[in-house]
Amino acid sequence: MLWLEKAARRVAYSIVAATAAIAFAGQSAQAEEKVVKVYNWSDYIDPTILTDFTKETGIKVVYDVFDSNEVLETKLLAGGSGYDVVVPTASFLSRQIKAGVFQKLDKAKIPNLKYIWPEIYERIAKYDPGNEYAVNWMWGTTGVGYNEAKIKERMADAPVTSLDMIFKPEIAAKFKDCGIYMLDSPEDIIPVVLNYLGLDPNTTKQEDFDKAEAVLLKIRPYIKKFHSSEYINALANGDACMALGWSGDILQAASRATEAKNGQVIKYNIPKEGTQMWFDMMAIPADAKDVDAALTFINYLNRPEVMAKASNFIQYANGNLGSQKFIDESVLKNPAVYPDPETMKKLFVHLTWDNKTQRVVTRMWTKITTGQ
Amino acid sequence: MTAKTADYRRWYVIGPPYLWLLVLFLIPFVIVFKLSLSQVATAIPPYTPTFSWATGLTAFISQLNFDNYSFIFGDPLYINAYISSLKIAFLSTLLTLLVAYPMAYGMARAPKSWQPTLMMLVILPFWTSFLIRIYAWIAILKPEGFLSIFLIKLGLISEPLQIMNTTTAVYIGIVYSYLPFMILPLYASLEKINPSLLEAAQDLGSQPWRAFWQVTFPLSLPGVFAGCLLVFIPAVGEFVIPDLLGGSETLMIGKTLWTEFFNNRDWPLASAVAVLLLLVLIIPIVLFQRQQELEREAAR
Repeated sequence: MLWLEKAARRVAYSIVAATAAIAFAGQSAQAEEKVVKVYNWSDYIDPTILTDFTKETGIKVVYDVFDSNEVLETKLLAGGSGYDVVVPTASFLSRQIKAGVFQKLDKAKIPNLKYIWPEIYERIAKYDPGNEYAVNWMWGTTGVGYNEAKIKERMADAPVTSLDMIFKPEIAAKFKDCGIYMLDSPEDIIPVVLNYLGLDPNTTKQEDFDKAEAVLLKIRPYIKKFHSSEYINALANGDACMALGWSGDILQAASRATEAKNGQVIKYNIPKEGTQMWFDMMAIPADAKDVDAALTFINYLNRPEVMAKASNFIQYANGNLGSQKFIDESVLKNPAVYPDPETMKKLFVHLTWDNKTQRVVTRMWTKITTGQ
Repeated sequence: MTAKTADYRRWYVIGPPYLWLLVLFLIPFVIVFKLSLSQVATAIPPYTPTFSWATGLTAFISQLNFDNYSFIFGDPLYINAYISSLKIAFLSTLLTLLVAYPMAYGMARAPKSWQPTLMMLVILPFWTSFLIRIYAWIAILKPEGFLSIFLIKLGLISEPLQIMNTTTAVYIGIVYSYLPFMILPLYASLEKINPSLLEAAQDLGSQPWRAFWQVTFPLSLPGVFAGCLLVFIPAVGEFVIPDLLGGSETLMIGKTLWTEFFNNRDWPLASAVAVLLLLVLIIPIVLFQRQQELEREAAR
């Protein structure tokens, strides 16, 4: 967990937000001070978007970050999280909707929803029927990120566009010494393994899970660490040569390596076998203090120019069709970010596991990661 | 003053400590214990039953059961995690003792004017956040870290050390982090030893080593016990150090608890794991207290 870095970033965001608030306190002094409290993933926004928002609306942003859905979910389920906008992944969102965590959105107050990308929202509707509770922030894929030079050096004809890279023991073994990382998240890995094996990624059958487990146990000895955020830095500074991780994180590692000029070249490919597509969704907790400010914030982010700015900065695709004409060519034309229609067909969504299946999968995951 | 008012006054004095114990220890424990007898639910909060006056106390209690405890004993994972945590805690306590004893001994034998400075140096690391100090160890232990580079420069090793993300790194982290908790009680008991006792031992012909084992060490035992408990108990439940420095195969109960709580959203089972952990820890404390009582009686 990059707590330290995150804490530092949190301070930076607070300072940015506070400065903006002070600068514009004069303008909004007559009105009561409005605040929107946002809880989003770490490394997931261009900070100037927040200052611009405050500048335009006079609403101060308190911006906190997390690095796992579980942490967010536990806060939400405990109740009284104190946040006005939170950003869970859709598979978690659907369970949280059932638990009564969120309130329905007053869509009249989010006119910018007219810019949405219907194809993406159709997929999201599997988690949030009728798209009543949440608006897409970003979406992406789970795939293989790798250090080009280190991979070529060990295997000249490495199948970099395939999951064979990591799921075939004889291939993974070649990269053991340079460091393979994997997300510490069964929700993200197990469905990808199932799909790789030609099984239904949404299966609940024990025999299917057993087959997925067998694949992972065979490659387990070659994996250096299961962790859901350390691989960004590890790839960027050369501690890792391969990671099964989230698209945007790997692309961020690539740009960090470029900025650091340390000679590491990081690439990301969507596996040709197809992979999981996930959606991070903005939703408003049922007990949010300032629903109007939250709606204003969500509406602001859905303005095409703002959404484009966000995607340009973090290199994730968004569900806002209108934003595409403002997105940099290098992002929009990058098939790792915006896959072509052919690849898009191979991407699947994974629905929420029920409590019983969740327990089976978590237990299996413990067996894979710890050997117990 | 009558006997009765004296009685009241006594309660004024001992009342507040008991109140604190009740508020800060007993009530939280009862809440966790109650949770461990509940079941998971998809709701806020994510368990059932929750108490309401409408249904009444009997209905509430009748819904509680010990299923979570039988589940824990049905899966070897939990037992293995307890055993592995106890093993890691025991070994690191031993290592901490070995490192701390000479330091505490040196401090106690140093000139009196130096002692406050030495004490300060032991406490000084606490001024930096625990988390930052563990991050510093990552920079030291990782394959391209300071330690490997230093040893390669010296020509002692040719390949970078693979310590990071292993259980060895966890031991190093625990020994480093808990060292002051061992040194301070050791120093306190070593410093109290009257030097004339050692002189007497030497006068009677005892070799320095023998004098140490027969005089100094037994007299420092209360410090050894206190230090070991202060290290052992938090080390058993340690989560941050194994998470940051350990590898995926480092199985500890703190991580298992985290998985139950966050990944499975099973607060009741997580609470049951925590209650059992408490029992595992209470046993050494009870043993320690018994030992102290015996000592007190022996001193009489």
